Amino acid sequence: MAHEVEAHEGDRSYVPSPGLAVAVQDPVKVPGLPPHRERMTDKDPKKMNGAVRAVYTLFYLSLAGSIWAIAAYMLFPIEDGQIASIRANNLYIGLGIALALLALGVGAIHWSKAIMSDKEHIEYRHPTRGRDSTRAAAVQAFADANEESGFGRRTMIRGSLFAALVASIVPGIVLFRGLAPQSTPANPEAGDPVALLNHTMWKKGMRLAHDPSGEPIKASDVTLGSAVHVIPEELAKLSHEEGYLDEKAKAIVLLMRLRPEQLPAETNNLDWAYNGIVAYSKVCTHVGCPVALYEQQTHHLLCPCHQSQFDVANGAAVIFGPAARPLPQLPITVDDEGYLIAQDDFNEPVGPSFWERH
Amino acid sequence: MAREKKHRANGRRSPWAAAALIGIGLLITGGAYAGASAAMAATDESASVKTALTVDDGKKLFQANCATCHGLDLQGTSNGPSLFGVGELSVHFQVSTGRMPLQMQGPQAPQKPVQFTDEQIAAIGAYVQETSPGPSFPSDEVLDGKGDVAHGAELFRINCAMCHNVAAAGGALTEGKYAPSLEHTSALNMYAAMVTGPQNMPVFNDLNITLEEKRDIISSLLWLQQNQSPGGYGLGNLGPVSEGLFIWIFGIGTLIAITVWITAKAN
Repeated sequence: MAHEVEAHEGDRSYVPSPGLAVAVQDPVKVPGLPPHRERMTDKDPKKMNGAVRAVYTLFYLSLAGSIWAIAAYMLFPIEDGQIASIRANNLYIGLGIALALLALGVGAIHWSKAIMSDKEHIEYRHPTRGRDSTRAAAVQAFADANEESGFGRRTMIRGSLFAALVASIVPGIVLFRGLAPQSTPANPEAGDPVALLNHTMWKKGMRLAHDPSGEPIKASDVTLGSAVHVIPEELAKLSHEEGYLDEKAKAIVLLMRLRPEQLPAETNNLDWAYNGIVAYSKVCTHVGCPVALYEQQTHHLLCPCHQSQFDVANGAAVIFGPAARPLPQLPITVDDEGYLIAQDDFNEPVGPSFWERH
Repeated sequence: MAREKKHRANGRRSPWAAAALIGIGLLITGGAYAGASAAMAATDESASVKTALTVDDGKKLFQANCATCHGLDLQGTSNGPSLFGVGELSVHFQVSTGRMPLQMQGPQAPQKPVQFTDEQIAAIGAYVQETSPGPSFPSDEVLDGKGDVAHGAELFRINCAMCHNVAAAGGALTEGKYAPSLEHTSALNMYAAMVTGPQNMPVFNDLNITLEEKRDIISSLLWLQQNQSPGGYGLGNLGPVSEGLFIWIFGIGTLIAITVWITAKAN
């Protein structure tokens, strides 16, 4: 603390800070504080009494808020199955706690502003650089510690300490690596994110099914103007532990039926459609939101996140917005019983661009 | 008092004068509007007829009010689509929500005050149904709201929520079209919308969403209509837009006001 006194000795005119790189020759004079103005509470004892009353009233109000919060906890219990009771419970406990904290804070600030001394006080900064003796003492402390512990001399101890420190991090890295999906001989793609992103659950012959029931869909069920939300039939049999959501996130499909003449052969792959029924991935090619806002008169699909629009009558081409590619089309046909089936997986990765897909 | 007199001597208005003027103006406009709409409601009531109407009456009503656009025999014109096969359910939906008769050509027919009595709507529907049958009214059980609310909510989230909003508050589509709010829609009109697919809404026939599933969806929507939100005031349930606007204006505004008060010197 010695240096602080040192810097403030004598008059309080400008002293160049030892921390400055460039010495300032002609500094601007500090204008100083404005003249002190007395508060009403200093001039009028009645006002002072009023302020005191206001502060303790606020503190008592805070006390009442806390007591009310406890009372509300007992008066408005959360009854099982009653949403209205949760609402009342939250509201009244919340009001009590809010009053308790707000009144406490407002009271404390009013106290400091109106009642506590308001004399101006300047606290000067001390210079940033320590005195040479302090700095030398700090260096000496490190040198002494090195000498006494033998850290620099006893190389075996030092080396083994570094080895132990480095090794102590390794188990964490290994354990975290274990959380990532691993390839196995039976499933060589499981640990490869690119392979995972390139394929979905769809494969040749898999039936299209309703989301979430898993009921397969007949081609005759899909009437003009309808939009059917589709999952692979086998997805409905997966449990959450078996990756239901991971697979669903990639495999969701929207099924629509248009009049065959509304699907011109130049812009649509009619081999992948069946009698005007088309199936497109529901994952936006921009950042992967579900594109499902289908307008049955314009045949436009809108993504709600960033307003990309796709024209279903035109191979789901992008007609507006930030999406870079058309929605991938699922090639479909029907089986012997009239159910819609996939001809194959999507022929391109679904969803947004990633590091090997631009 | 001395301060007040000084203000007057200066010929200056009180700082509250502007706020008071705006308040008085709003009160007068609001009062006049309330009076006018009450008067209109009164005239509407006197026009209603309380007699059972026949298919013939429906035909007359259709020819007088709908045929200009939809054709004398439902065949449609260049101004409106043919009504072959749309059925009485579609007529009920379009007319009882005020969408038809259409106010003007535009991206989407808006809801507006209903132009016909229930009897007249039923008569027009009966005429359209007789001329060219289409989807008809469901049994009361589908609309009773006693289905599986949780399952209905799941189906709503999968099939409907992307347009109508997860809290059924409605949402925007492309080029001026929108999915309307379902917060005041009747159970019958919910059913009718799913079956008939009005305007740009896709059709959800019974093979896509079964009758039992439709009952569940209607039950969940009625549950939303009848129960208050447990999260408190919903701000229109529009999500980050209204909530963000509220917190930016009022939340941050309050914080700024408190900061100014803390740092200001006491009088």
